Amino acid sequence: MTANGWLQIITFCALLIVLSPFLGRYMARVYSGERVFLTPVFGGVERVLHRGFMVDPGREQDWKSYARSLILFSLAGWILLFAILRTASIQPWNNYGGVTFHAAPWDVTFNTVSSFLTNTNWQYYGGETTLTYFSQMLGLTVQNFLSAAVGICVAIALIRGIAGRSGKSLGNFYSDLVKTVLYVLLPISFISALVLISQGSPQNIAHYVAAHGITGIVQTIAMGPVASQEAIKMLGTNGGGFFNVNAAHPFENPNGFTNFFEMLLVLIIPAGLVFTYGRMVGSRRQSLAIFATMFVMFIGGVSVAYAAEAHGSPAQRASGLHTQVIANSTGGNLEGKEQRFGIAGSAIFDVVTTVTSCGAVNSSLESFTGLGGAIPFANLSASEVIFGGVGTGLYSILLYVLLAVFLGGLMVGRTPEYLGKKIESKEIKLVALGLLITPLTALFSTALATASAAGRASIFNGGPQGFSETFYAYLSQANNNGSAFAGYTGFIQPAAGNVGSHGVTFADLLGGFTMLFARYAPILFALAVAGSLAGKRVSPGGLGTMRTDNATFVVLLMGVIVLVGALTFFPALLLGPIVQALTGHLY
Amino acid sequence: MARDLRSAFLSMIVLTILLGLGYPLLTTGVAQVVFPGKAGGSLMKKDGVIVGSALIGQQFYEPLIGKNGKQVVVKGVPQTQPNPRYFQTRPSSTSDNAASSAFSNLGPNGKTTLSAFQGYIEAYLALNTAPDGRRYDQAVTSAAQVPVDAASDSASSIDPNISVANARIQAYRIAAIRHLPLSAVDALLARYATGRSLGFLGEPGVNVLELNLALDRIPGST
Repeated sequence: MTANGWLQIITFCALLIVLSPFLGRYMARVYSGERVFLTPVFGGVERVLHRGFMVDPGREQDWKSYARSLILFSLAGWILLFAILRTASIQPWNNYGGVTFHAAPWDVTFNTVSSFLTNTNWQYYGGETTLTYFSQMLGLTVQNFLSAAVGICVAIALIRGIAGRSGKSLGNFYSDLVKTVLYVLLPISFISALVLISQGSPQNIAHYVAAHGITGIVQTIAMGPVASQEAIKMLGTNGGGFFNVNAAHPFENPNGFTNFFEMLLVLIIPAGLVFTYGRMVGSRRQSLAIFATMFVMFIGGVSVAYAAEAHGSPAQRASGLHTQVIANSTGGNLEGKEQRFGIAGSAIFDVVTTVTSCGAVNSSLESFTGLGGAIPFANLSASEVIFGGVGTGLYSILLYVLLAVFLGGLMVGRTPEYLGKKIESKEIKLVALGLLITPLTALFSTALATASAAGRASIFNGGPQGFSETFYAYLSQANNNGSAFAGYTGFIQPAAGNVGSHGVTFADLLGGFTMLFARYAPILFALAVAGSLAGKRVSPGGLGTMRTDNATFVVLLMGVIVLVGALTFFPALLLGPIVQALTGHLY
Repeated sequence: MARDLRSAFLSMIVLTILLGLGYPLLTTGVAQVVFPGKAGGSLMKKDGVIVGSALIGQQFYEPLIGKNGKQVVVKGVPQTQPNPRYFQTRPSSTSDNAASSAFSNLGPNGKTTLSAFQGYIEAYLALNTAPDGRRYDQAVTSAAQVPVDAASDSASSIDPNISVANARIQAYRIAAIRHLPLSAVDALLARYATGRSLGFLGEPGVNVLELNLALDRIPGST
């Protein structure tokens, strides 16, 4: 570990703390229907879009109506994306350097479509050998925006449920959707894309370039509209790479600055939404308590991952390579990491993208040390509430808050209340179901995949690493994260362009259904909780009311998150990453 | 329900055009005007020919010539070896394939990982050893002196940079083979070393393609 590594970590945290309240306040104004500085620019577009969609943005929706619009919108997106990805052969821009790109097999496409719809961006394929520019732009870039927007809509609806003083309305889905796209995602993405291009990220619709190297070696270099997709991929915590190696590719992430910038893009909305929440429920202290909970757990993860990777790997020590920092060489476990990011830049990026549902990687998770690799596991096991995905993070941690309030209420022997609203048996049942579905889906799919020969066919490395790959694959898909121990395969592709390629049907379908179920079931429960809370009367707090905005509550909340995660996943974690971390044995 | 379904499809189509065509094409247009070189992939030319991208690592290899004077072919694949006159990039499991990037996926506890490391170390030491059996850089005696970036796969397998430590060791070889004073090569290194962004972000390194192009421009370099 170096002083410079810690300086990068501290600067990152400081910037996050300073910037996220600004965005949070701005979003609160957007969703409360107030005028913001972009209203003169986009107000007209907003009205045109509503007319084009044939919706009335003023129509108030209860939770069922809101949920119906959301589900049908997602269904339409699924069908359209599937159609786009399957018609590569007849699309424009589908020939690069003499290779015509055809569609990936149906099972891989099923997985990919489910993946981008659910903000997971799990990828069994490599972008530059599988997808046309047309598919990347009109298919994937679009869902990068919309899956993120849907997550934010659910969070806003839940906030309205908690804050609601009368009636059953959670707002209007299409109104929230259009606001999210126009006032939040699109402007930030556009500016960020230009920043990335200024650092070297390409943005073109050109053929792959054949370069004739100075020693006579010919190298074909993949091109594309990279920066525009990269920006929203990070901002929307999507994480699906334009290229196979994702943000490790120098075109997606050209230098130390872009690495830092992209990490900030990932966390800014999830962190900002916490402040949006405080603003909309009228209590800044509530958002500070939630932010503190997330932040402490985040710092813990970063520190452990950095220390573990700087320590080096067993294979490295056995080979006689140095692990400590020597002059002008990073030391540490640099296998599967880029020189320009080094150990610290890779470790923070790893934690930033696994606490959120981003799932982008700038280094090979498969090559992380046992302990360093256990951090992404732990982050996923905590159900993505440490900042979490855009929207999903906030609505998930609010469910945890309600659970913590309930447990606290049991301890002091009073009816649990949150912000003056009584939390009763109905809400707690919904909360418990909403929180347990994701981990149960992950464990169920992992068990199915390890117990069957069809599932084991996807494993790359032997020993406990093989189990880690499988477990991580389904944990990541269930949590809609999308990062991977990339050894796990679901797609066999002999050559670029998909001629002669085939999917591993079992892994593709199991993964696809895992993602869909673990995304939409919790959304329905979160909206149901919102609907149930929206109509409740607010009783003034008294002396006996449990505070939810002080340090005691922060500790209680962390305890609940860790306890639920640990009880659910500890046995499975023991079999993979923990065994690897405790042994110097080579498999 | 029918109304909802109609709105769902209408909105999806309109948003696809706005976000899938409008946004990327507008970005492309602005980028091509403001940053044409970078938006085009930071391509580098020598004598008018594209020799690579400044951001993409590549192999500075030459054909491996057998005893019969012809290039060695194994299973139909012509074999190559590092050209010792140039700085070499990090090991790559894909031979620096920039049209199909991939991770090596070598696990931390793997026997295959260990043998890969051993192979990289051996190759690096061999490359930096003169025909008379002495190392060009006498300070390098064993695996412990091999910079870790020189003996491990990068993530992208097309890492354009190497560490300064790695470049300094190779500088001895380059100077000896090209009959240049070591100080001239080291001066070049200093010029093409990329520091940390803004002075503290990321790790310093040296861009190998830019360095090699500059090397060929040194007058008297043979």
